[in-house]
Amino acid sequence: MAHDTSYTDQKFNVIGSRVSRPDGVDKVTGRARYGADATAPGQLVGLILRSPHAHAKIKKIDTSKAEKLAGVKAVVTSADLPDLTGGDRSMLDILENSMARDRALYDGHAVAAVAAIDRATAKKALKLIKVTYQVLPHVTDVDEAMKPGAPIVQPHIRTPGDKSDQPSNVSGVVPFGHGDIDAGFAEADVIVEKSYKTEQTHQGYIEPHACMASVSSDGSGELWVTTQGHFSFRNVCSTLLGMDVAKLKVTSSEIGGGFGGKTHVWMEPVALCLSRKANRPVKVVMSREEVFRASGPTSSTSMDIKIGAKKDGTITAASAQLRYQGGAFPGIWGMLGAMTSFACYDIKNVKTVGYDVLVNRPKVAAYRAPSAPMAAFGVESTMDLVAAEIGMNAIDFRLKNAASEGSKASYGPTYGPIGIKPTLEAVKNHPHMKAKLKKNQGRGMACGFWFNFGGQTCTDLNIGIDGTVSLTVGTVDVGGSRASMSLIAAEELGISYEQVKTHIGDTASLGHNDTTEGSRGTFSSGMATIFAARDAIEVLKQRAALMWEIPVADVVWEAGSALAVGAAHGNLTPLSLADIARKSPTTGGPIAGHNEVVADNAGVSFASHICDIEVDPETGGTKVIRYTVVQDAGKAIHPDYVEGQFQGGAAQGIGWALNEEYIYGEDGRLQNPGFLDYRIPVCSDLPFIDTKILEIPNPNHPYGVRGVGETSIVPPLAAIGNALSNAAGVRMDHVPMSPPRILKALEALN
Amino acid sequence: MLQVQVSSSISQALDGATTIALNAQTVSELMSKLSERYPRMQRQLDEGIAVSINGQIYRDNWQVAIPADAEVYLLPRIPGG
Amino acid sequence: MTATLVSTTVNGDAVQFACPNDETLLDSLRDRVGLTGVKEGCGTGDCGACSITLDGQLVCSCLVLSAEVSGREITTVEGMVEGGQLHPLQQHFIDGAALQCGICTPGFLIAAKALLDRNPDPSEEQIRYALAGNLCRCTGYDKIVRAVQSAAVEMRK
Repeated sequence: MAHDTSYTDQKFNVIGSRVSRPDGVDKVTGRARYGADATAPGQLVGLILRSPHAHAKIKKIDTSKAEKLAGVKAVVTSADLPDLTGGDRSMLDILENSMARDRALYDGHAVAAVAAIDRATAKKALKLIKVTYQVLPHVTDVDEAMKPGAPIVQPHIRTPGDKSDQPSNVSGVVPFGHGDIDAGFAEADVIVEKSYKTEQTHQGYIEPHACMASVSSDGSGELWVTTQGHFSFRNVCSTLLGMDVAKLKVTSSEIGGGFGGKTHVWMEPVALCLSRKANRPVKVVMSREEVFRASGPTSSTSMDIKIGAKKDGTITAASAQLRYQGGAFPGIWGMLGAMTSFACYDIKNVKTVGYDVLVNRPKVAAYRAPSAPMAAFGVESTMDLVAAEIGMNAIDFRLKNAASEGSKASYGPTYGPIGIKPTLEAVKNHPHMKAKLKKNQGRGMACGFWFNFGGQTCTDLNIGIDGTVSLTVGTVDVGGSRASMSLIAAEELGISYEQVKTHIGDTASLGHNDTTEGSRGTFSSGMATIFAARDAIEVLKQRAALMWEIPVADVVWEAGSALAVGAAHGNLTPLSLADIARKSPTTGGPIAGHNEVVADNAGVSFASHICDIEVDPETGGTKVIRYTVVQDAGKAIHPDYVEGQFQGGAAQGIGWALNEEYIYGEDGRLQNPGFLDYRIPVCSDLPFIDTKILEIPNPNHPYGVRGVGETSIVPPLAAIGNALSNAAGVRMDHVPMSPPRILKALEALN
Repeated sequence: MLQVQVSSSISQALDGATTIALNAQTVSELMSKLSERYPRMQRQLDEGIAVSINGQIYRDNWQVAIPADAEVYLLPRIPGG
Repeated sequence: MTATLVSTTVNGDAVQFACPNDETLLDSLRDRVGLTGVKEGCGTGDCGACSITLDGQLVCSCLVLSAEVSGREITTVEGMVEGGQLHPLQQHFIDGAALQCGICTPGFLIAAKALLDRNPDPSEEQIRYALAGNLCRCTGYDKIVRAVQSAAVEMRK
């Protein structure tokens, strides 16, 4: 049944209240079960052998000694994972990434795997596998990989538009923009041109990848896995293993963080392959080192930004060339950077070009607003430089050029109603801007943009015999969305929040649900929940009509009860949901509502951040002392969890800006695959993070909800760069702005 | 007649065309007409495409109606994190 | 001798198991005692997700060998519930939305309890430094610190 998804301005009873989440007790008592918390009778331990070389031909793998070791039940290599992709190159890339075929493409690339009765035996077995490598030249830097003569990572890749048909590491060159930038720059009174570099970072979820795979000899299987998208994992794994989709049941465990890194399979196909070969359940859990070396970090980049403006502050032209590495497989990360670079602004002449480059590093995955933070670092830093040259306030300069309804976006389409100006106005008037700064402190601000998505969604709402409601959704709960789903069902049905219990269904319980990414969880499953509840209400009204023996047209649903309307029915007392449920066995059986929807048009999201930092001029050590996030959420279903998304994204951006980076050696090996030397923010690094939720309704959702989860990671890199410039007079062009880099910049000043 | 604008990475599959004139009432109809006219479009569709209609981006729902005179822009499919 | 019979107390209960000498307390608690509240985030003592108290002292269980814990007292998150009631820290974490994915929560609860047991009225700075050994990637720590502050107020009554 098609439902109208348009915004209806309405008063809410429970939406917007700060209720306790339904999975809260389990999570504070240790009862909640995550990826590594499953056990199965007869389970085996699976371990993966990984390449110690950044780039090498695999000449031979001798597994004979490992297979003979007592307690070893299966040993697999790519020979056990034939290409069943039917010519689908992106699927073949996933297969090759989960297990190397003829070449190891990065330090940590899986080359073989074992399943054994315990961890000690599995470790011994790995040592007995003999791999003969022929080491090849490698390249790990994005700019080095683009130079002629650079080692070629994937020989079948050609640069689009290159007629020479030579193998290349540049898999994509994508321009966006409109107008005439030469003419635009000619008109400018002030032009700033600068290059920037950002290093590779990881999503840093505290829970490593983990799964329990169990494949039977009849071709059916079960997979318990920590994932952002169990339906997507089912589709990919069944394709790669040649299983029927309906025969593979995937259950999402509780997820200990994802941020995009758990939207893709890494070792799950290998776990299933081991289980199939051993005919027993196999548990595979990545170590932290494996997570860093062999899951999906984000791109390292280099970029050239140029902005020209008139003395009155009008930007006349802007251009960007952005180079993103996608690891050892082609990606679209550079293209995304080129799309988002100038998205906040209304610029008559703009051109951005995104390059996608291959290097001998792990296959890049999305990290919360993928590719946007790096481009924003370059653009928002340059915006401050231009403002300073003109002598204009940084916020006013942005306000003057901010996009609004009718502006042509730099990535093509014309904007409808959008929220960039409201966030800038809110920042301008925020008390944070008036707080006094002390010595060695500085304040900076920056804007950010991200798309939000909808997607395939399927929801079941079942009413128990006592009138309490069981809601089954298919979007994995990454941050507390079960509370929001329960609030939405309660709001629609007119009952209390406590009467609804929300579960995440496995792949056998629901139709396909797209992955929890693109800030879509609350938007999509929330929409499906609204419509499933409305369907259930139609059934409830019919049952009430039956119980009263009146026409259903005379029944309305109000505040959790059926009411008979019309003078003829004046003596009929309302029937509550519990009353109707109790009688359901004799009025037609179980009462349920169901909805499938392809939710779409979650709107775009803008944010503006303010950051105060303090620099220690002797060490270059920099600390964030005050931080404010302003972002439009459309409608905050549960304000605590919207604030949580704002704060979490900001904290990740702060870590990215100040400390986090992948450090590769000359040998192409990752030097810091652990939390000691890959330094994410700890509690003592950060202040309280203030948040201001704007609510400009999204016209394409009944409650006005917009996606919120990603945008908050976009502004921090530049907000901190700008704050540093204001604190110490140094303009940083290399992220992370770690103490040695800041110290070097300070010393160069003197 | 719609003037469908095409992002450059997609226009590579459309023999370099950056604006295409055609009639379509839904996104689904738009896609099938494009594949008929440009056989190489199928691969782009498989890889993923998004459509902007009057500034609103649709990535998943192809039953969406396209109003007459709407600004239609074809974009690559954008993943989130 | 490559294995040890360990006799210890976990959350007030006598527990006995045999394990290889090089097995960590983290692995024994999870795989032999069946308490999966302790989590492995890194295995190298950098993230605090495996935090427990050992004779009242906050430690990373991934850095303790099970062979060392005979005759000692271990407390995990499963032992924080008192008389069927959630500990104030647990309740305030839920009420204050101090968790998003929840994987780090058991470790934070143990660490926060260890702090409040020795310092019932900590400043914000003292809280932040006491919890600096526990990594959280979801929350930015804001609501965690506030929950510890509000739980401390209740516990001082």
